[in-house]
Amino acid sequence: MSAHPSRPASDAPVLSVRDLRIEFPLGIVVDGSSFDIARGQTMGLVGESGSGKSMTSLAIMGLLPKEATTTGSARFHGDELLHRSDASMRRTRGDQIAMIFQDPLSSLNPYYTVGFQIAEAYRAHKGGTKAAAMRKAAEAMDRVRIPDAAGRVGHYPHQFSGGMRQRVMIAMALVCEPDLIIGDEPTTALDVTVQAQILDLLAEVQEMTQAAMLFITHDLAVVSQISDHVTVMRFGQTVEQGTAEQIFSNPGNDYTKALLAATPRLDDVVDLPEPILTKGGR
Amino acid sequence: MSDIATPLLAANDLSKEFRTGRREKFTAVEGVSFDVHRRQTLGIVGESGSGKSTTARMIARLIDPTSGSVEFQGEEITQRSGSSLRDFRSGVQVVFQDPYSSLNPRHTVEEVVSAPLRYQKRTATGGYRNMVKAAMERVGLNPDHSTRYPRQFSGGQAQRIGIARALIVEPKLVICDEAVSALDVSVQAQVLELLVDLQRERDISYIFIAHDLAVVRQIAHKVAVMQKGRIVEQGPRDEIFDAPQHEYTKTLLSAVPSIDPRWDAGRCS
Ligand SMILES: Nc1ncnc2c1ncn2[C@@H]1O[C@H](COP(=O)(O)OP(=O)(O)OP(=O)(O)O)[C@@H](O)[C@H]1O
Ligand SMILES: Nc1ncnc2c1ncn2[C@@H]1O[C@H](COP(=O)(O)OP(=O)(O)OP(=O)(O)O)[C@@H](O)[C@H]1O
Ligand SMILES: [Mg+2]
Ligand SMILES: [Mg+2]
Repeated sequence: MSAHPSRPASDAPVLSVRDLRIEFPLGIVVDGSSFDIARGQTMGLVGESGSGKSMTSLAIMGLLPKEATTTGSARFHGDELLHRSDASMRRTRGDQIAMIFQDPLSSLNPYYTVGFQIAEAYRAHKGGTKAAAMRKAAEAMDRVRIPDAAGRVGHYPHQFSGGMRQRVMIAMALVCEPDLIIGDEPTTALDVTVQAQILDLLAEVQEMTQAAMLFITHDLAVVSQISDHVTVMRFGQTVEQGTAEQIFSNPGNDYTKALLAATPRLDDVVDLPEPILTKGGR
Repeated sequence: MSDIATPLLAANDLSKEFRTGRREKFTAVEGVSFDVHRRQTLGIVGESGSGKSTTARMIARLIDPTSGSVEFQGEEITQRSGSSLRDFRSGVQVVFQDPYSSLNPRHTVEEVVSAPLRYQKRTATGGYRNMVKAAMERVGLNPDHSTRYPRQFSGGQAQRIGIARALIVEPKLVICDEAVSALDVSVQAQVLELLVDLQRERDISYIFIAHDLAVVRQIAHKVAVMQKGRIVEQGPRDEIFDAPQHEYTKTLLSAVPSIDPRWDAGRCS
């Protein structure tokens, strides 16, 4: 492998994952994953349910359960992320790397208002007064299209709908203007109109900050629209990797092809059992 | 018209207000009515925050409506308590929107999935284990993992644990709140097929809440569209999809993402 000493620094990947392997006492869940994401670029990570997508992202965030062991490397701006101390990972998280989790309800604290949680995320990395951070939080909630944001900063997570909680997570991830955004199914709980707005917002933020993005989703249509590159996983392994164009117009792997073929389409109409509408009807 | 069957479930003018402060209230659902017949699926789609989950929770009697009523097999259930509530609960299962938080983290999957059997005091020769394993297998989970805890599963696997739990008894109505959203399209197709097969075999009815309109079109006989706490439009599936009347339905349908048409290779295979 030859190095590229002449390459300008801005070309160096923001995130570089090499031979990442994650093992639990019960078995291997990620078996040799490698990919790079450059500034301003988006990697779409798709694949079978249980194939190791969330585990890959948790390894990068230093948030794997304690019983997991990892080998390989994940470098962020050249610095190794694996096996770092909790304290040093905490500084990087939020400030430079932000994650939108798959299950918003269990990643928000039920005892604090959503506004407070966004404000604290902001203050931990950018400082300032509590009042200023609270205003930032309201602004951020407004940007993710939460109706009456200023009026709802004082509400608790359980008072929000599933999609609103997901938007709170997105707001929290964006207030710190991170260099790397990891979204694990960040828009699945949203209706398609709000989803389109949030994807536009992410693109806008990315354009402005040149953040790199790792976007995990089962929605291949969304992946085709936002990704520069795509990685397809199954059983802990990468079965195919390429540019979005390659993966969608000329998929090489049978599993990738099967996924594309199984994508439900709005004009597919299937036969359903007849409902029982009359008394004698069966 | 006396030949018309009593719907399995009817929601009549349901409303829900939440208290959000000492003086403030928030109306999450307002004047929602629909019915679901046996062997029928009602799809509910709509804006995030429009009251879909709140409606589902009122129907399952997890929360009380502020006004309005729910009838199950022609009988009002909003006032039921004790054993008659228990009867109703046995016939209605819910698959919740947030997979992990709806599963008790300290119970093994076997305990979680067999909970409805225990609730109904069912007896099974050789215990519940074999029934749990069969239910896990049907939703594409490895039955050998029945002694694991929910946290040891992925998001989509946790979601399938919720589905296995709902289907292990023989419910008359299953309320699916974003029940297949965390599944890859291939497993999702398998689960949708399972739901339709069970409907055909056992005359099950579903209330199927989802943001994925293509999925709703594959499973629902009729569709209700919600916005800001109200149903703005409801009707037979193809009418809603092919000839939507309300502006919001039109907006929603036009925002459905599709695979970038330049690359759409899956189309022809
Ligand atoms: N604590 C654990 N111990 C053992 N195995 C685990 C543990 N947590 C998760 N797993 C397994 O690791 C595998 C990968 O999980 P992961 O959450 O990364 O999947 P995923 O690709 O994100 O799936 P989904 O699309 O369903 O969210 C799964 O098969 C899961 O059962
Ligand atoms: N316990 C509560 N207290 C106050 N407001 C609530 C409560 N539960 C729900 N709400 C509000 O009621 C409205 C409807 O919420 P609901 O969860 O029913 O929406 P939804 O249609 O399921 O949305 P999503 O698609 O995002 O899941 C939202 O504005 C939500 O904030
Ligand atoms: Mg996952
Ligand atoms: Mg909901």
